Amino acid sequence: MRRAPSTHAPLLLCVALALAGPSYAVDTTPPLPNPALQQRYYNLTHELRCMQCQSEALADSSVGLAADLRVQVRELLLAGQSDDQIRDHMVARYGEFILFRPRMTWRNAWLWAAPSVLMLVGVAVGWRVLRTRARLVGADDGDANADGDVDGGPDRDADLDSGKP
Amino acid sequence: MNRFLLPLAAFVLLVAVLLVGLKRAPEKSILPSPLIGKPVPQFTLPNLFDNTQPLSSATLTGHWSLVNVWGTWCVECRAEHQVLLQIKQEARVPIIGIDWKDHNEDALGWLEQLGNPYERVGTDNDGRVAIDWGVYGAPESFLVNPAGTVVYKHIGAMTQEVWQREFLPRVTAAPGAPAPPGPGA
Repeated sequence: MRRAPSTHAPLLLCVALALAGPSYAVDTTPPLPNPALQQRYYNLTHELRCMQCQSEALADSSVGLAADLRVQVRELLLAGQSDDQIRDHMVARYGEFILFRPRMTWRNAWLWAAPSVLMLVGVAVGWRVLRTRARLVGADDGDANADGDVDGGPDRDADLDSGKP
Repeated sequence: MNRFLLPLAAFVLLVAVLLVGLKRAPEKSILPSPLIGKPVPQFTLPNLFDNTQPLSSATLTGHWSLVNVWGTWCVECRAEHQVLLQIKQEARVPIIGIDWKDHNEDALGWLEQLGNPYERVGTDNDGRVAIDWGVYGAPESFLVNPAGTVVYKHIGAMTQEVWQREFLPRVTAAPGAPAPPGPGA
Protein backbone atom coordinates (compact mmCIF):
# COMPACT_ATOMS: atom_id res chain seq x y z
CA MET A 1 0.00 0.00 0.00
CA ARG A 2 1.58 3.27 -1.06
CA ARG A 3 0.96 6.38 0.93
CA ALA A 4 0.70 9.80 -0.51
CA PRO A 5 3.82 11.90 0.00
CA SER A 6 3.80 13.35 3.49
CA THR A 7 2.44 16.84 3.88
CA HIS A 8 4.08 17.13 7.30
CA ALA A 9 7.46 18.29 6.06
CA PRO A 10 6.57 21.90 5.13
CA LEU A 11 4.53 22.23 8.29
CA LEU A 12 7.40 20.98 10.43
CA LEU A 13 9.74 23.38 8.71
CA CYS A 14 7.41 26.26 9.50
CA VAL A 15 7.19 25.25 13.14
CA ALA A 16 10.96 24.88 13.39
CA LEU A 17 11.53 28.30 11.85
CA ALA A 18 8.96 29.87 14.12
CA LEU A 19 10.62 28.37 17.18
CA ALA A 20 14.10 29.43 16.18
CA GLY A 21 14.63 32.68 18.05
CA PRO A 22 16.87 35.41 16.83
CA SER A 23 20.43 35.04 18.07
CA TYR A 24 21.53 37.90 20.24
CA ALA A 25 25.05 39.19 19.87
CA VAL A 26 27.04 39.20 23.08
CA ASP A 27 29.40 41.89 21.93
CA THR A 28 27.59 45.20 21.77
CA THR A 29 30.72 47.34 21.56
CA PRO A 30 30.28 49.79 18.69
CA PRO A 31 32.14 48.79 15.52
CA LEU A 32 35.47 50.37 14.72
CA PRO A 33 35.74 52.89 11.89
CA ASN A 34 37.71 50.74 9.48
CA PRO A 35 37.84 47.03 8.61
CA ALA A 36 41.52 46.62 9.49
CA LEU A 37 40.95 47.90 13.02
CA GLN A 38 37.81 45.82 13.30
CA GLN A 39 39.78 42.72 12.31
CA ARG A 40 42.42 43.45 14.95
CA TYR A 41 39.65 44.03 17.49
CA TYR A 42 38.18 40.67 16.52
CA ASN A 43 41.52 38.90 16.89
CA LEU A 44 42.40 40.51 20.21
CA THR A 45 39.06 39.91 21.86
CA HIS A 46 39.32 36.27 20.81
CA GLU A 47 42.77 35.73 22.25
CA LEU A 48 42.18 37.51 25.55
CA ARG A 49 40.56 35.58 28.35
CA CYS A 50 37.51 36.63 30.29
CA MET A 51 38.90 36.61 33.82
CA GLN A 52 35.57 35.88 35.44
CA CYS A 53 34.50 32.94 33.32
CA GLN A 54 37.94 31.64 32.64
CA SER A 55 37.33 29.36 29.73
CA GLU A 56 35.65 32.00 27.60
CA ALA A 57 37.27 34.64 25.44
CA LEU A 58 36.47 38.29 25.96
CA ALA A 59 34.53 38.26 22.72
CA ASP A 60 32.16 35.50 23.83
CA SER A 61 31.47 36.50 27.39
CA SER A 62 28.34 38.24 28.55
CA VAL A 63 29.86 39.18 31.90
CA GLY A 64 30.05 42.89 32.72
CA LEU A 65 33.79 42.92 33.18
CA ALA A 66 34.31 41.37 29.76
CA ALA A 67 32.18 44.11 28.22
CA ASP A 68 34.28 46.73 30.01
CA LEU A 69 37.48 45.12 28.78
CA ARG A 70 36.15 44.97 25.21
CA VAL A 71 35.45 48.68 25.39
CA GLN A 72 38.98 49.18 26.61
CA VAL A 73 40.45 47.14 23.74
CA ARG A 74 38.46 49.27 21.34
CA GLU A 75 39.66 52.51 22.90
CA LEU A 76 43.28 51.40 22.90
CA LEU A 77 42.98 50.48 19.22
CA LEU A 78 41.51 53.88 18.47
CA ALA A 79 44.34 55.47 20.42
CA GLY A 80 46.71 53.87 17.94
CA GLN A 81 48.25 51.22 20.17
CA SER A 82 49.79 48.12 18.62
CA ASP A 83 48.48 44.63 19.35
CA ASP A 84 51.48 43.96 21.56
CA GLN A 85 50.96 47.16 23.50
CA ILE A 86 47.35 46.19 24.12
CA ARG A 87 48.38 42.70 25.25
CA ASP A 88 50.96 44.25 27.58
CA HIS A 89 48.31 46.61 28.94
CA MET A 90 46.13 43.64 29.89
CA VAL A 91 48.99 41.52 31.22
CA ALA A 92 50.14 44.39 33.45
CA ARG A 93 46.75 44.33 35.14
CA TYR A 94 45.66 40.72 35.05
CA GLY A 95 48.85 38.74 34.53
CA GLU A 96 49.89 36.32 31.81
CA PHE A 97 46.79 34.26 32.51
CA ILE A 98 44.70 36.65 30.45
CA LEU A 99 46.49 35.48 27.30
CA PHE A 100 45.05 32.32 25.80
CA ARG A 101 48.35 31.83 24.00
CA PRO A 102 51.00 31.96 26.70
CA ARG A 103 54.25 33.68 25.93
CA MET A 104 57.51 31.82 26.04
CA THR A 105 59.73 33.11 28.81
CA TRP A 106 62.69 31.70 30.71
CA ARG A 107 60.37 30.72 33.52
CA ASN A 108 58.18 28.49 31.38
CA ALA A 109 60.79 27.48 28.81
CA TRP A 110 60.99 23.99 30.31
CA LEU A 111 57.27 23.56 29.64
CA TRP A 112 57.72 24.43 26.00
CA ALA A 113 60.73 22.13 25.76
CA ALA A 114 59.09 19.23 27.61
CA PRO A 115 57.30 17.62 24.63
CA SER A 116 60.47 17.42 22.51
CA VAL A 117 62.57 16.24 25.44
CA LEU A 118 60.03 13.54 26.37
CA MET A 119 59.84 12.52 22.73
CA LEU A 120 63.62 12.12 22.58
CA VAL A 121 63.61 10.09 25.81
CA GLY A 122 60.86 7.90 24.38
CA VAL A 123 62.78 7.30 21.16
CA ALA A 124 65.96 6.52 23.09
CA VAL A 125 64.19 4.02 25.35
CA GLY A 126 62.41 2.42 22.42
CA TRP A 127 65.63 2.10 20.51
CA ARG A 128 67.36 0.43 23.44
CA VAL A 129 64.49 -1.99 23.95
CA LEU A 130 64.51 -2.93 20.29
CA ARG A 131 68.27 -3.45 20.32
CA THR A 132 68.15 -5.61 23.42
CA ARG A 133 65.38 -7.68 21.95
CA ALA A 134 67.26 -8.13 18.69
CA ARG A 135 70.32 -9.28 20.63
CA LEU A 136 68.25 -11.78 22.68
CA VAL A 137 66.62 -13.20 19.61
CA GLY A 138 70.01 -13.49 18.00
CA ALA A 139 71.31 -15.32 21.09
CA ASP A 140 68.29 -17.66 21.03
CA ASP A 141 68.95 -18.58 17.45
CA GLY A 142 72.55 -19.27 18.34
CA ASP A 143 71.44 -21.54 21.19
CA ALA A 144 68.95 -23.33 19.07
CA ASN A 145 71.54 -24.16 16.51
CA ALA A 146 73.98 -25.26 19.16
CA ASP A 147 72.00 -27.65 21.33
CA GLY A 148 68.63 -28.38 19.86
CA ASP A 149 66.78 -25.83 21.95
CA VAL A 150 64.19 -28.09 23.46
CA ASP A 151 63.12 -25.84 26.27
CA GLY A 152 63.26 -22.11 26.76
CA GLY A 153 63.92 -20.92 23.26
CA PRO A 154 60.44 -20.89 21.71
CA ASP A 155 58.91 -19.76 25.01
CA ARG A 156 61.25 -16.84 25.17
CA ASP A 157 60.47 -15.89 21.62
CA ALA A 158 56.78 -15.95 22.34
CA ASP A 159 57.26 -13.78 25.39
CA LEU A 160 59.21 -11.22 23.50
CA ASP A 161 56.67 -11.09 20.69
CA SER A 162 53.65 -10.61 22.85
CA GLY A 163 54.96 -8.85 25.92
CA LYS A 164 56.32 -5.54 24.79
CA PRO A 165 54.42 -2.73 23.15
CA MET B 1 66.40 -6.59 38.99
CA ASN B 2 68.26 -3.78 37.35
CA ARG B 3 65.92 -3.48 34.42
CA PHE B 4 63.02 -2.61 36.73
CA LEU B 5 64.96 -0.01 38.63
CA LEU B 6 64.78 2.76 36.04
CA PRO B 7 61.04 2.44 35.26
CA LEU B 8 60.31 2.26 38.97
CA ALA B 9 62.32 5.40 39.62
CA ALA B 10 60.51 7.14 36.77
CA PHE B 11 57.15 6.05 38.19
CA VAL B 12 58.00 7.26 41.69
CA LEU B 13 59.13 10.58 40.26
CA LEU B 14 55.88 10.93 38.32
CA VAL B 15 53.82 10.16 41.43
CA ALA B 16 55.78 12.74 43.38
CA VAL B 17 55.23 15.41 40.73
CA LEU B 18 51.49 14.69 40.54
CA LEU B 19 51.15 14.69 44.34
CA VAL B 20 52.81 18.08 44.64
CA GLY B 21 50.52 19.34 41.88
CA LEU B 22 47.45 18.04 43.69
CA LYS B 23 48.51 19.55 46.99
CA ARG B 24 49.09 22.92 45.40
CA ALA B 25 45.93 22.87 43.28
CA PRO B 26 43.75 25.00 45.60
CA GLU B 27 46.21 27.87 45.84
CA LYS B 28 46.91 27.66 42.13
CA SER B 29 43.28 28.37 41.29
CA ILE B 30 43.72 31.82 42.83
CA LEU B 31 45.56 33.96 40.37
CA PRO B 32 48.55 35.94 41.55
CA SER B 33 48.25 39.66 40.99
CA PRO B 34 50.92 41.27 38.83
CA LEU B 35 50.43 44.38 40.96
CA ILE B 36 52.13 42.96 44.02
CA GLY B 37 55.38 44.79 44.68
CA LYS B 38 54.35 47.60 42.35
CA PRO B 39 53.07 51.09 43.12
CA VAL B 40 49.30 51.44 43.16
CA PRO B 41 47.85 52.47 39.80
CA GLN B 42 47.38 56.18 39.24
CA PHE B 43 43.73 57.07 39.69
CA THR B 44 41.29 59.66 40.95
CA LEU B 45 37.74 58.81 41.94
CA PRO B 46 34.89 60.93 43.26
CA ASN B 47 34.36 60.54 46.99
CA LEU B 48 31.05 58.93 47.87
CA PHE B 49 30.58 61.12 50.93
CA ASP B 50 32.21 64.36 49.95
CA ASN B 51 32.57 65.63 46.41
CA THR B 52 35.29 68.11 47.31
CA GLN B 53 37.75 65.44 48.47
CA PRO B 54 38.38 62.86 45.78
CA LEU B 55 40.05 59.53 46.43
CA SER B 56 43.31 59.22 44.57
CA SER B 57 46.57 57.31 44.55
CA ALA B 58 47.98 60.07 46.76
CA THR B 59 45.43 59.19 49.45
CA LEU B 60 47.16 55.83 49.77
CA THR B 61 50.62 57.06 50.71
CA GLY B 62 52.07 57.92 54.09
CA HIS B 63 50.24 55.16 55.97
CA TRP B 64 49.16 51.58 55.57
CA SER B 65 45.80 51.08 53.90
CA LEU B 66 43.45 48.25 53.21
CA VAL B 67 41.84 48.89 49.84
CA ASN B 68 38.59 47.01 49.55
CA VAL B 69 36.74 46.68 46.25
CA TRP B 70 33.04 46.11 46.77
CA GLY B 71 29.57 46.77 45.40
CA THR B 72 26.04 46.54 46.71
CA TRP B 73 25.30 43.93 44.03
CA CYS B 74 27.95 41.65 45.47
CA VAL B 75 26.73 38.93 47.80
CA GLU B 76 30.12 38.06 49.25
CA CYS B 77 30.62 41.72 50.13
CA ARG B 78 27.68 41.51 52.49
CA ALA B 79 29.28 38.42 54.01
CA GLU B 80 32.57 40.18 54.70
CA HIS B 81 31.06 43.42 55.93
CA GLN B 82 31.07 42.47 59.61
CA VAL B 83 34.75 41.59 59.40
CA LEU B 84 35.54 44.97 57.86
CA LEU B 85 33.70 46.65 60.73
CA GLN B 86 35.82 44.66 63.19
CA ILE B 87 38.99 45.68 61.38
CA LYS B 88 37.88 49.28 61.58
CA GLN B 89 37.41 48.89 65.34
CA GLU B 90 40.97 47.65 65.66
CA ALA B 91 41.97 51.02 64.22
CA ARG B 92 45.34 49.82 62.96
CA VAL B 93 44.84 50.12 59.22
CA PRO B 94 42.31 52.48 57.68
CA ILE B 95 40.03 50.88 55.11
CA ILE B 96 39.60 52.62 51.79
CA GLY B 97 36.67 51.46 49.69
CA ILE B 98 36.32 51.35 45.94
CA ASP B 99 32.64 51.05 45.12
CA TRP B 100 32.75 49.13 41.86
CA LYS B 101 30.07 49.48 39.15
CA ASP B 102 27.45 50.61 41.57
CA HIS B 103 24.94 53.40 42.11
CA ASN B 104 25.80 56.00 44.71
CA GLU B 105 22.35 55.95 46.32
CA ASP B 106 22.53 52.18 46.72
CA ALA B 107 25.99 52.42 48.23
CA LEU B 108 24.96 55.12 50.70
CA GLY B 109 21.90 53.12 51.72
CA TRP B 110 24.02 49.99 52.22
CA LEU B 111 26.51 51.79 54.47
CA GLU B 112 23.73 53.40 56.46
CA GLN B 113 22.05 50.07 56.98
CA LEU B 114 25.08 47.87 57.65
CA GLY B 115 27.50 50.39 59.14
CA ASN B 116 30.43 52.12 57.49
CA PRO B 117 33.88 50.55 57.85
CA TYR B 118 35.47 52.87 55.30
CA GLU B 119 37.47 55.98 55.89
CA ARG B 120 36.90 57.04 52.34
CA VAL B 121 35.01 55.48 49.43
CA GLY B 122 35.76 56.22 45.79
CA THR B 123 32.95 55.57 43.34
CA ASP B 124 34.09 53.69 40.27
CA ASN B 125 30.77 53.68 38.45
CA ASP B 126 32.11 52.73 35.03
CA GLY B 127 34.66 50.24 36.36
CA ARG B 128 37.75 51.75 34.77
CA VAL B 129 39.81 52.12 37.92
CA ALA B 130 38.98 48.58 38.99
CA ILE B 131 40.43 47.33 35.71
CA ASP B 132 43.65 49.23 36.41
CA TRP B 133 43.76 47.45 39.75
CA GLY B 134 43.32 44.12 37.97
CA VAL B 135 40.05 43.43 39.75
CA TYR B 136 38.01 40.60 38.28
CA GLY B 137 35.53 39.78 40.98
CA ALA B 138 34.42 41.60 44.10
CA PRO B 139 35.25 41.53 46.89
CA GLU B 140 38.98 41.96 46.54
CA SER B 141 41.23 43.46 49.17
CA PHE B 142 44.67 44.98 48.71
CA LEU B 143 47.20 45.83 51.39
CA VAL B 144 49.10 48.99 50.50
CA ASN B 145 52.17 50.11 52.43
CA PRO B 146 53.06 53.72 53.33
CA ALA B 147 55.16 54.03 50.19
CA GLY B 148 52.04 53.35 48.14
CA THR B 149 53.17 49.88 47.07
CA VAL B 150 50.75 46.97 46.83
CA VAL B 151 51.99 44.36 49.28
CA TYR B 152 49.30 41.72 49.25
CA LYS B 153 46.00 40.90 47.58
CA HIS B 154 43.16 38.73 48.77
CA ILE B 155 40.41 37.64 46.42
CA GLY B 156 37.05 36.81 47.96
CA ALA B 157 35.48 37.72 51.27
CA MET B 158 37.77 39.02 53.98
CA THR B 159 37.69 36.87 57.10
CA GLN B 160 39.24 37.31 60.53
CA GLU B 161 41.46 34.37 59.74
CA VAL B 162 42.80 35.89 56.53
CA TRP B 163 43.22 39.25 58.21
CA GLN B 164 45.19 37.76 61.11
CA ARG B 165 47.25 35.39 59.00
CA GLU B 166 48.04 37.36 55.86
CA PHE B 167 47.46 41.05 56.45
CA LEU B 168 48.32 41.99 60.03
CA PRO B 169 51.70 40.24 60.16
CA ARG B 170 52.80 42.12 57.06
CA VAL B 171 51.89 45.41 58.70
CA THR B 172 53.50 44.70 62.04
CA ALA B 173 56.62 43.13 60.56
CA ALA B 174 57.39 46.16 58.45
CA PRO B 175 60.18 48.46 59.58
CA GLY B 176 58.82 51.77 60.75
CA ALA B 177 56.42 50.07 63.15
CA PRO B 178 52.71 49.58 63.45
CA ALA B 179 51.16 52.92 64.18
CA PRO B 180 48.18 51.76 66.23
CA PRO B 181 45.51 54.30 65.37
CA GLY B 182 45.07 54.87 61.65
CA PRO B 183 46.03 58.39 60.56
CA GLY B 184 43.33 60.99 60.35
CA ALA B 185 40.27 58.86 61.02
